[in-house]
Amino acid sequence: MMKSRSLSFYLLAAFFALFVLFLYGPMITIFILSLQGPDGTLTFPIRSFGFYWLGQVFQEQRVGNFVEPFKRSIVLGLIVTGLVASMSTLAAMAFRQRFRGSTVLFYLSIAALIVPSILISLGLGVMFQLLGWSTSWLTSGLGAHLTWALPIAFLIMLGIFNRFNPTYEEAAKDLGANDPKTFWEIVLPLILPSLIGVSLLTFTLSYDEFTRTSLVSGQYNTLPLEIFGMTTNVTSPALYALGTLTTLFSFTMIILAYITVSQLSKRQRG
Amino acid sequence: MSKTWTVFKPYLLAAPQAIALAVFLVFPIVLIGVVSFWEFNGYSMTPAFTLDNYIGIFTSQVTLKTYLNTFKFVGLVWLATLLIAYPVAFFLSFHIKKLKWQVLLFLICTIPFWTSNIIRMISWVPLLGKAGLVNQLLMGVGLINQPLEFLLYSDFAVVLGMVHLYIIFMIAPIFNSLMRIDRTLITAAEDMGASGFDVFKEIILPLSAPGIAIGSIFVVTLVMGEFVTVRLMGGGQAASIGKLIQTQIGSLQYPLAAANAIILLTVTLVVVFSILRVVNIRKEL
Repeated sequence: MMKSRSLSFYLLAAFFALFVLFLYGPMITIFILSLQGPDGTLTFPIRSFGFYWLGQVFQEQRVGNFVEPFKRSIVLGLIVTGLVASMSTLAAMAFRQRFRGSTVLFYLSIAALIVPSILISLGLGVMFQLLGWSTSWLTSGLGAHLTWALPIAFLIMLGIFNRFNPTYEEAAKDLGANDPKTFWEIVLPLILPSLIGVSLLTFTLSYDEFTRTSLVSGQYNTLPLEIFGMTTNVTSPALYALGTLTTLFSFTMIILAYITVSQLSKRQRG
Repeated sequence: MSKTWTVFKPYLLAAPQAIALAVFLVFPIVLIGVVSFWEFNGYSMTPAFTLDNYIGIFTSQVTLKTYLNTFKFVGLVWLATLLIAYPVAFFLSFHIKKLKWQVLLFLICTIPFWTSNIIRMISWVPLLGKAGLVNQLLMGVGLINQPLEFLLYSDFAVVLGMVHLYIIFMIAPIFNSLMRIDRTLITAAEDMGASGFDVFKEIILPLSAPGIAIGSIFVVTLVMGEFVTVRLMGGGQAASIGKLIQTQIGSLQYPLAAANAIILLTVTLVVVFSILRVVNIRKEL
C-alpha cells in the first residue's frame, strides 16, 4: 500500500509540474522575448538581450497611443471597484437572513457569471441602440464590467460572511449601538482585510476584461481592446513588451491583494 | 429597532446589486428576445413579429454547421479540462498534506486567471507558430522535417487556447469538493479491505461529482459563446456561433444576431439543466 501510494504521488506530482509549465510557459516565453535588443523578432532564437522594446512601448509611433486606453482602464477599474465593493458587501450582509427573493437574486448572480459573454455585449448594444444612446466605455462598458465583476465579488463576500462571527455585532447592539454605527465600528473593521483583497481582485478583473466590453466600448478603447487591435498591426516585440508590462501590473495587484489579506488578518488575530 | 426596519433591511441591502443585475443583465437579454422577432431590411431593424430570423437559421446549412462546430469545441474543451483538472485537484487535495502548501499550490493555479486573456492568447504565438519554439525543437531533434502547421491557427489551437483560459473553472470546484470529503470515510473503507481503486470508485468519485458538475457548467457556458479565442487562435478558418453573432453585430444585423443569441442561450440552458438533473449540487452552494 505504502509503496503504490508513493508511486502515484510521484506520477501525479510530475503531472502537476507539467500542468504548471503549461499554465506559465507561454507567459514566460513572451517575458523572455520582450527582453530583446533592437534586432529582436517575434520568434526565437534571440540575438541579443536588452530593454529596447520595453522602452519602445512608450514611443507612440511604435504601438499606437496606449497611454490614453491605460488611463481609461484605470478610471473604469476604480469606478467598478467602488461600486462592486459596496454593492457586494451590502448584498452579502442581506443574505445573512432569509428574505423573499433571496434565491432569485442568488441564481441571478450565478446566471450573470455563466451567461455566454456575447449575450451581454449584444444585449447592451441593442439596449443602447433602442434607447438612442451611444455606447461608451464609461456607460455600456461599465455595465458590461459589472455583470462580470459583481457576481464574483458577491460570491467571495458570501463566503466571508459565512465565517464571520456575529457575537461582536450582537454585543454592540446589546450595548445600544444602531445598525449604521455597528457597521462602521464593528463589521467594517473586521471584514476590512477581506474587503481590500476583494477590491484589488475586482480591479484586476475589470482592468483585464475584454469579451463583454468588446462590442460596447464605443469610440474609445480600454487597454485590453487596444491590445487586441494591435495584434493585427504590430509585428515587433513591442507587442510582447506591452503584454509583459500589463501582466506585471496585474501580478502586482494580485500579490498586493494576497499580502493585504494575510497581513491584516494576522494583525487582527494577534 | 422597529419591526418594519428589520423586515425591510435585507431588501434595502440587496437592492443595489439586484438593480444593477436587472438593468445590465435581465433587461438587455429580454430585449434580445424581443428584437429576435423584429424585421431587418438590410440596413435597419423595425418592430414586427416575424419568425423569419429563426427560420433563416434553421434552414441555413452554413449556420447549422457552425452550431455543430461550436458543440465540437464545447465537447473537446470540456473533456480536456476534466481530464487535466481532476488529477491536478486530486494531487492537491490528497497528496499534499500541509494546508499551507495546498493553498500555495492552488494559488499558483489561479493567478493566471486574474491576468489578461488577450495576452495569454498572444503568448502562444511564439511557441506554436511555423517558426515557433515547438517546431524548432521538434525539427532540432529530427522528429519532423517540415514545421507542423496545425499547431497554430487551427481547431487544435482554439481548443488548446480555451483549455488554457478556462481550466481553472474546472479545477476550483473539483478541488473544493475533494477537500470536503471526510477523510475518515477513506480510512474506514481501507480498514474494511477496499483497494485504492475501490476507494476512488466508491467514495471519492461519487462525492466529487458535484464539483465536476459545477466545473462542467462553467466550462460549457464559457466555451459556448466564445469568439475571441476562436478568432485569435483559429486564424479566420475556425467558426463558432459566438463569432457568427459578432460578425452579424458588426454589420448591424441585430435581429439575426438576436435570434442566434436566443438559440445559443436556449441550448446553454438545456445543457445546464441536464447537468443539474444528473448531479445534485445543492450541498456545494
